[in-house]
Amino acid sequence: MTIEKAIALAPAERAVNLIGSDLTEKSLKLHLEGLSGVDAVGLEQRAAGLGTRSIKTTSKAWALDTIIKLIDLTTLEGADTPGKVRSLAAKAMLPDPADALTPQVAAVCVYGDMVPYAADALGSAWSNGSDNGINVAAVATAFPSGRSSLPIKIMDTKEAVANGADEIDMVIDRGAFLSGKYGVVFDQIVAVKEACRRENGTYAHLKVILETGELNTYDNVRKASWLSILAGGDFIKTSTGKVSPAATLPVTLLMLEVVRDWHLLTGEKIGVKPAGGIRSSKDAIKYLVTVAETVGEEWLQPHLFRFGASSLLNDVLLQRQKLTTGHYSGPDYVTID
Amino acid sequence: MTENDKAVSAKAPSFLDYAPAPESTSVLHLKKHYGLFIDGEFVDGRGDAFTTISPATEKEIASISNANNADVDAAVAAARKAYDRTWSKLSGADRGKYLFRIARLVQERARELAVAESLDNGKPIKESRDVDVPLVAAWFFYYAGWADKLDYAGLGPNPQSLGVAAQVIPWNFPLLMLAWKIAPALAAGNTVVIKPAETTPLSAMIFAEILQQADLPKGVVNIVTGAGDTGQALVNHPDVNKVAFTGSTGVGRAIAKSVAGTGKKVTLELGGKAANIVFDDAPIDQAIEGIVNGIFFNQGHVCCAGSRLLVQENIHDEVVDRLKARLSTLRMGDPLDKNTDIGAINSKAQLDRIRELSNVGEAEGAERWTADCAIPENGFWFAPTIFTNVSTSSRIAREEVFGPVLSVLTFRTPAEAIAKANNTPYGLSAGIWSDKGSRILAVADKLRAGVIWANTFNRFDPASPFGGYKESGYGREGGRHGLAAYLESAGWAAPAVTKGGKK
Repeated sequence: MTIEKAIALAPAERAVNLIGSDLTEKSLKLHLEGLSGVDAVGLEQRAAGLGTRSIKTTSKAWALDTIIKLIDLTTLEGADTPGKVRSLAAKAMLPDPADALTPQVAAVCVYGDMVPYAADALGSAWSNGSDNGINVAAVATAFPSGRSSLPIKIMDTKEAVANGADEIDMVIDRGAFLSGKYGVVFDQIVAVKEACRRENGTYAHLKVILETGELNTYDNVRKASWLSILAGGDFIKTSTGKVSPAATLPVTLLMLEVVRDWHLLTGEKIGVKPAGGIRSSKDAIKYLVTVAETVGEEWLQPHLFRFGASSLLNDVLLQRQKLTTGHYSGPDYVTID
Repeated sequence: MTENDKAVSAKAPSFLDYAPAPESTSVLHLKKHYGLFIDGEFVDGRGDAFTTISPATEKEIASISNANNADVDAAVAAARKAYDRTWSKLSGADRGKYLFRIARLVQERARELAVAESLDNGKPIKESRDVDVPLVAAWFFYYAGWADKLDYAGLGPNPQSLGVAAQVIPWNFPLLMLAWKIAPALAAGNTVVIKPAETTPLSAMIFAEILQQADLPKGVVNIVTGAGDTGQALVNHPDVNKVAFTGSTGVGRAIAKSVAGTGKKVTLELGGKAANIVFDDAPIDQAIEGIVNGIFFNQGHVCCAGSRLLVQENIHDEVVDRLKARLSTLRMGDPLDKNTDIGAINSKAQLDRIRELSNVGEAEGAERWTADCAIPENGFWFAPTIFTNVSTSSRIAREEVFGPVLSVLTFRTPAEAIAKANNTPYGLSAGIWSDKGSRILAVADKLRAGVIWANTFNRFDPASPFGGYKESGYGREGGRHGLAAYLESAGWAAPAVTKGGKK
């Protein structure tokens, strides 16, 4: 056994407060290894239990509107064009043309190069860094694999922010995480967070994607969640949507438990974003229940919880129409984006 | 809280006040009066009929016949006739067919059974729907499979059925306890007279309809309803060969005395005061869930409930804080609402006992904390309660409360945990929470309890034997071991005397 050299890490504020000013790879590792384990059977049982809540009538109506307000309407394809992004932005502003009372979504989520088109298409509905309106979120840092050098990831982020992105969805280096180099993952998040700084000193919100489908174990998810928060993430996000499995209820429950523990410890509120694989209203309502019963209802606001989804919105709109009119319509009564 | 937060919380109604989601009672087709089920027919009892009520509302559900000694005689005679003429002559495969048929009918009428159970017992519909009734079907499926394989039950070739089984069951899992008793008895070739608890006869009456629907030969299962005297008449009846009882240790002791020397085979599943041991390396969030499930499942009306929490001293405060936060999210109320977590206490008598013991706990110096629940006006309710600073000599740490009351004690080392866990006259179950597999095995090895759960609690499976040490009773139910309670070895020396086709 050799004594590891104390490699100093970037002095991110949260980590320094919790672990100490002599922050090193070693001290970070010891801290993460001291976290309580996760029993997979028990976690999945609890998630399944939350999934049996029966949300009816007025509660359902509130839930459906809330889901819409929490959606990051997403297109992340090689085939994305300015036209496709404009169409998505239009849908974000007016999800249901037949019902003007339908709320708007939280954000549109696109690749970095599409940010100007998204901002332009949103026009006056664009929040542009303010608390009101629809945000533009950009994926960055060599999304989805994250297999690139740090300078390129930083450039990727800076460019998106300069283009007007209100939120950055970065990916962690899963290779580094799985080989035990927690310090590398940590330093990268700190660097990307710094790259989110705008010229006026404000920051674009940073969502840290763990890609839980590649981390594979719940113990890893807890460690990676904690690490991402320590490094300065505003949100922790499950998945890119490009790896299966993407978001699952047990994984999201676990991340919410981390966020709850962090809040108890520091008073600070971190957001959670399950992304990928949530397609039906029924599933999305299970997530709302899980949020409300784990961290509290306060989290059901766009600055603390999001759904990363594309097809979810239309199912919610169909359910919403059913609730308003009393009968089911069909897929031709909601717009494709 | 930002201005934005305030605006939201002021405007919106609380999402967590979920709108009512009651399970419909339209699936129930209840009669105003239920008779005894003897020899395949409903007949009126000769005692004074009694009323079964819903403990959540105190409203009357139906009137139920009361079996007197003559009715018990008739039921035992019907069971004897069915044993001699029909059931003992059927092949195992044919008995299995009936059990499979019953299992399928239970599944078909699952919703109806679940609603009846919640109505009559007070347990939340999510438990009767997701736990009780599915397990009932599973028990019949499991023992149906054994009916033609008794040679492999570990009792040597050609084991023999006993004859007529007298079975008395409790009110906490009315239908599930019925299944635990009837399924192995029938699979092994016995016939049955069973007495459901006085406060919860309803699901047994629907089960009798299922037996008619399944075309089970008359008299193979007879159901007599009534109170303690009916049960006494049944277990003391000279023509029963086997007595199976689940209930309190006091009654169990009386039964053991009364059948001593009669040659009746006996199994008893009695009380418990299970230790749920939480080590400091436990998966904490799951341990909290396990503690909740261990003692607040079914309002704590569980003989194997984890009613003594033994928590390692260095995490005591954290566990108690997390537990209180979790208990505050439990929803108490209408058992038929699909979002209800905690239902009603089954009876006034039981509520009085829980109250009495809780008051004793306080008087003995333990610190009481009760979840903040709105208590409905009518019915019998007791909010989830935990006691901290409980000493090992306190009555709430010694006696079975059989309600939603948890006593929290601490330990310092595994040896102390084991000693404290075993320091009880009972020995039905125990739980261990640790991330370290070797510790779980080492501790489990030294606990004197019939069932030990590791990193989970209150999980049941028909393939797993269940039963206790010491004052928790004797004999095992479930699994291959459960068959031994209803069979006799034919003996290796004597050639097998087959009463008809046994296999």
